[in-house]
Amino acid sequence: MAKHNWQWNENLRELGLLLFMAILVVAIQIRNPAFLTAGNLTSLLTNTAILAILALGMMLVLVTRGIDLSIGSTIALAGMVTSLAVARYPGIPPVAAIGLGTAVGALAGMVVGLLVSRWDVLPIIATLGMMNVLRGLTYVISGGRWVSSYQMSDSFKRIATGRILGVNNLIVIALLAYLVAAWFINHTRLGRQIYAVGSNPEAAEVSGLPKRRLIFLVYTIMGSLAGLAGVLWVAKFASAQGDTATGYELQVIAACILGGVSINGGVGRLTGLFLGTVMLGIIANALPLINVSPFWQMGIQGGVVLAAVLTNVMVRRNTERTALRRRVI
Amino acid sequence: MVAEEEKRERKKRSVPPPGDGTLLSTTMPWSWKDFFLQWEWMLVAVLSLVIVVNSLISPFFLNWHTFIRTPASFLDKAFIVFPMMFVIILGKIDISVGSTVALSAVIMAVSYNAGLPMGLAILLCLGVGAAAGAINGFLLVAFRELSFVIVTLSTMIIYRGIAYIILGNRASGGFPEGFSLLAWGSLGGVPIILIAFVIAAVSFGLVLHKTVFGRALFAMGHNARACRHSGINTDLILWTVFTLNGLMAAVTAIFLTSRMGSTRPNVAMGYELEVIAMVALGGVSTSGGVGRIGGPVLAIFIVGFLGYGMGLANLQAPIVLVVIGTLLIVSVLAHKIRFQGFKLFRARSTAATAGEKNQEV
Repeated sequence: MAKHNWQWNENLRELGLLLFMAILVVAIQIRNPAFLTAGNLTSLLTNTAILAILALGMMLVLVTRGIDLSIGSTIALAGMVTSLAVARYPGIPPVAAIGLGTAVGALAGMVVGLLVSRWDVLPIIATLGMMNVLRGLTYVISGGRWVSSYQMSDSFKRIATGRILGVNNLIVIALLAYLVAAWFINHTRLGRQIYAVGSNPEAAEVSGLPKRRLIFLVYTIMGSLAGLAGVLWVAKFASAQGDTATGYELQVIAACILGGVSINGGVGRLTGLFLGTVMLGIIANALPLINVSPFWQMGIQGGVVLAAVLTNVMVRRNTERTALRRRVI
Repeated sequence: MVAEEEKRERKKRSVPPPGDGTLLSTTMPWSWKDFFLQWEWMLVAVLSLVIVVNSLISPFFLNWHTFIRTPASFLDKAFIVFPMMFVIILGKIDISVGSTVALSAVIMAVSYNAGLPMGLAILLCLGVGAAAGAINGFLLVAFRELSFVIVTLSTMIIYRGIAYIILGNRASGGFPEGFSLLAWGSLGGVPIILIAFVIAAVSFGLVLHKTVFGRALFAMGHNARACRHSGINTDLILWTVFTLNGLMAAVTAIFLTSRMGSTRPNVAMGYELEVIAMVALGGVSTSGGVGRIGGPVLAIFIVGFLGYGMGLANLQAPIVLVVIGTLLIVSVLAHKIRFQGFKLFRARSTAATAGEKNQEV
């Protein structure tokens, strides 16, 4: 019964978010009719694809009651390593470049995972430290220089600009990632175990789940996705810099929280995550369209996140109170 | 008689005494081994090492002038270390301090340039910082379900976001002559910032170790719920500590702006990491309830002289990033080192029991 209630509650939440999004879209459309055009929507989705990929990994991390603040730096490091490799050996096939970036990211994720799962370092401390370490490494291996567009082969840049069946590659990759995630989370034992560990770590451990290994796995997945995102990022903007994606982790976490992923663990659905990601994408896309200075973006995003979190708490309190009142004494 | 028995029992089973984990507790017999196994001695050793290496790098390092003047270049963020220590003793972390520094500095600069007298602008800066901290505290108290991570993460975005809304990516400065004296001036040969730092260190140390409020912090760090049920006003304490954190972030903003001469919305980026690294290096357990003021004070000088020495050695800033990040992780890990089942640094022994405690207030 309780579970049923929660499900309904979650649907209501997502409906509310959808409604809010609809109102937002209509308001933007009235201010600037260029918003709902095929061209703009495609660019909106293309720009949101990387965020969507990262949000998948972050959701798993948050579900296990963790947090990863290091992914902005992982993106930069993976992107830098890959683009340096491409600049040195232009013949590298795109798939190998993607593999290289993902491997670098996975390695970074494994270090975080080891710290958190093996040595019980608080996730926020471990990832705050790794954030600086990885960022510093990015500057060190690049010697403070940029890798610019002319140093990258066309086949590499086509990773982000090419199309499959008329759809931009980034969107295709994000969709694939979503499909795999949907299967992994809902239809594999491992996926369910991650949720079990998140909603009640003690119970999960007592029931014989390998808690530490699952947490290690989650950070490794997060790192790999960040590495993949790093390659896509560099290919998309055709430049790799030391300060690539600084602070991007905040946007990713914001997308998760807007999507109803609870930072207290155990709760998070793909439908909600999708809505949260698109919502942030709309905000980023629409601000220039309605003549709002880009400097407002950070404040608005922060405000939206805080509002979402507080609404969550108040709705939950309200439901609990109603449930208490309804209880037959 | 009972106490005597208990003492003997404790000695036999080598159970650490109750309390905040202070090793030199009256219930423990004096031992030189235990005395030197305190974390602070390790810090003293590291600090000496840093100073020795620095003086090997540069022949000009080892003189009185360097020791008096150099701290002025890194002490500005030290003011946040003390309240952050309080926050971490409570078992929480505040990652919004860097943004609070930026916001209060920007508001100070803008209000001065809008015609406010400098004195009032400084007061406004302090007020903004305290308000920012108070908002964090309010959110934590009013929405007890929320973790400190999400609250301070969202205010971290919002505070810096507001700073950007106010100033865009412009800089604001043009302060009066006297303002730069705060960071650059000295009183009788001692830099003003060093004097302010000593005053802050002593007063925070007294509050932490000699007042009921300080004892309550340790108690809350161990078991907040028990404190609540024993009649300690945990909400008020939480609120006070976070407000204090914001206020001291504003103090940092004043000294930082005075040193730089102008400010912009992206100042103090990453200060939260450096501050938390200093607190953790100082032996304050990130799971709450353990810590002494001497550790973070030593840690401030270790990190400061380390950065200064790396500057002497012409290492680039990115390497400093790597070192500080590694320092944070290693100092947290160092306390988990065990030798044959015993922790190397016993001053932290209660941290193990505090590990699985309830975070809820």
